[in-house]
Amino acid sequence: MSRNAKINALLLFVVAALAVLPLVLGLGDHKEEPFTGADAEAETAITELEPDYEPWFSPLYEPPSGEIESALFSFQAALGAGVLAYYFGLHRGRRQGELRALARQDAATAEAAAEAIGAEPATEPADRA
Amino acid sequence: MHIAEGFLPPAHAVAWGVASAPFVVHGVRSLTREVREHPESTLLLGASGAFTFVLSALKLPSVTGSCSHPTGTGLGAILFRPPIMAVLGTITLLFQALLLAHGGLTTLGANVFSMAIVGPWTGYAVYRLLRRFDVPLMVTVFCGAFAADLSTYCVTSVQLALAFPDPGSGFLGALGKFGSIFAVTQIPLAVSEGLLTVFVMRLLVQSSKGELTRLGVLVTGGRPQAGAGTGTEAVAR
Repeated sequence: MSRNAKINALLLFVVAALAVLPLVLGLGDHKEEPFTGADAEAETAITELEPDYEPWFSPLYEPPSGEIESALFSFQAALGAGVLAYYFGLHRGRRQGELRALARQDAATAEAAAEAIGAEPATEPADRA
Repeated sequence: MHIAEGFLPPAHAVAWGVASAPFVVHGVRSLTREVREHPESTLLLGASGAFTFVLSALKLPSVTGSCSHPTGTGLGAILFRPPIMAVLGTITLLFQALLLAHGGLTTLGANVFSMAIVGPWTGYAVYRLLRRFDVPLMVTVFCGAFAADLSTYCVTSVQLALAFPDPGSGFLGALGKFGSIFAVTQIPLAVSEGLLTVFVMRLLVQSSKGELTRLGVLVTGGRPQAGAGTGTEAVAR
């Protein structure tokens, strides 16, 4: 692994650790319902501060169950991850293409310079099924 | 975690909507100009929006024993400046309000103000300030993303405290309450967001050197930046 890849892996590892540690250390244990959303907690706080407050508008569409909701959240994440992967894949491909084109150019000029020498047959990789 | 649908009194909802609208309109103008003048940046714009999509879908556990999610707005603010991020953030919030019942249409103005306006501007300001002092690129990116994330939730706490002051201790009492729910929960998540933004920026430095130079993130010639170092490394390989 190059130094670059190591740093990237380390970054992702720390992010994962930050997410896992609260669970492992049981930081939600003091709550009746551990690890609820902060927005739900804010709703509770609002009803504590102002017991008569009634939400005056409800969502136009509400996912009928927690499963559907998590499916939609996954869809959102997948959509974003897909676009990001497309972006980086495209750029990597372009860079490789440019390098290959350069290499081909170099090879062509080298060949023209030394026409007499025949190319050595490359050894085929053994991938018989 | 945004303010839920219907959970801001109508007057507040309208006021935040009015406050946010000019930023979003200005952002749409900046966005169309950017796309017209630099069609090649469309892909990177899409990637910045996609980053916000991914990060605001990741509900992560935090030290307070509750969950929240990062915002992902720091990256786009650093790359394309905050006005454009106002649009991309609004799109993300609309998606979540309409399909996920997360946030809401009546609270959209307030949520746009925190996540798509104050967050990006704060992150961008921190980033620019640190760059002026020759801080290495990736450190400025981390601090910018961290500040964008955390400031978003500080604003959310202020918005709720303004709408629901504590009967005894008033605005400040309510601010402490909402702050402990949103802002404290957010601190480790803001660190995660900073690290993820650095991760994506490192990939960008490798893959899109030209674009980053055009956007002024990478400086050509002169002093070599920490990030530029990894970039040349990648090119040399």
